[in-house]
Amino acid sequence: MSSKLTAIKSAASAASRFVLDRRQAVPELVGNHKDFLIISGLAGAVYDMSSLTSQGDHFYGLGGAMGAATMMGLGLALARPDKRVLVVTGDGELLMSLGSLCTIGVINPPNLSIVCVDNGHYGETGFQKTHTYRGVDIEQFAKGAGISRTTTVSKKEEIAGASKMLRDGNGTAFVLLTVAPTEAPKVKLNLDGAVCRVQFRKTQLPAN
Amino acid sequence: MTSQVSQQESPRWQDQLYDFLRKNNVTQFSYVPDAGHAILINRSIEDPEAHSVALAAEQEGVALAAGADLGGARSVLLMQSSGVGNCINMLSLMEGSKFPFLTFVTMRGEYGEGNPWQYAMGQAVEPVLKAMGVICLRVERPEDVIPTTAAAMTMVWQSEQRVAVLLAQKLLGAKKF
Repeated sequence: MSSKLTAIKSAASAASRFVLDRRQAVPELVGNHKDFLIISGLAGAVYDMSSLTSQGDHFYGLGGAMGAATMMGLGLALARPDKRVLVVTGDGELLMSLGSLCTIGVINPPNLSIVCVDNGHYGETGFQKTHTYRGVDIEQFAKGAGISRTTTVSKKEEIAGASKMLRDGNGTAFVLLTVAPTEAPKVKLNLDGAVCRVQFRKTQLPAN
Repeated sequence: MTSQVSQQESPRWQDQLYDFLRKNNVTQFSYVPDAGHAILINRSIEDPEAHSVALAAEQEGVALAAGADLGGARSVLLMQSSGVGNCINMLSLMEGSKFPFLTFVTMRGEYGEGNPWQYAMGQAVEPVLKAMGVICLRVERPEDVIPTTAAAMTMVWQSEQRVAVLLAQKLLGAKKF
């Protein structure tokens, strides 16, 4: 097959895959955000979740340190088996830390759920295409990493089932949410990570 | 990366170090395998009260420690000097957000090193860590391991600093080639 024809085919498949509006799909998938302690990776994901949670005390959002979100989620989930931990990340960030899916998969903590909001692009830097736009399937990576429950949500009617999966305590859950390459809600971020850390700990740590 | 260390006389300082960390409420041990850390790694695997987290790459252990801190737990990263380079950008999370961080680094590329590939990163460990806001405490004698670790823990979990305890090749014994 010529490389031009391959490009046309992958563009056609991308067109049907990246359709949901993240501004509606992320809130619907997460549901009641207070069910979780939440870690969000940088860029689109941190805007999605800052908007949804009003940057509440159960939320820690990253403004940098690309690749940190999944492992922060694991550290928090191991430290707080009494809580459900939700990591929200993007395809760009997760492509940089695919190995962390293996690290998580072999431990398989029951109280950890991961959502990858996959828009096929690096939105923060000018919407350059990521590997997922060209056909790389991160759900298959999660599966191969041994994460026991995985699914892909590309249509509205698939959201409710995945939302339930995020809340089941039966092993780590991974949801790949494919969305259109449009802007996340723009809210003013609190970029002082040290203040956010103190606030999160003050509110969430059990009194000694 | 693998390396072999010379036999240590008993009681092994590595066992004392593991017991000391556990006594001080460290519950998460993350690592990329290294012979110098083998005893600590195996102790953590056998310990039902601790989380033993095998990493695909060292920088994962940095982020793990930040998440542990948000949950009120203490996490330490065990790695070889070659892994320090993998951690550089992730350390911006620790310095920028003032997360406490403790790592134990088994050194290569210094005293008696027989593999020239190890020198570039080994010699860069201290300047790189310092540049990223991590204080380095170097240990060359078995009897200094526990006092240095005690000092490091005060710095990390009382004063909320970032500290690397460098376990020197003089302490570990250079790998024979």
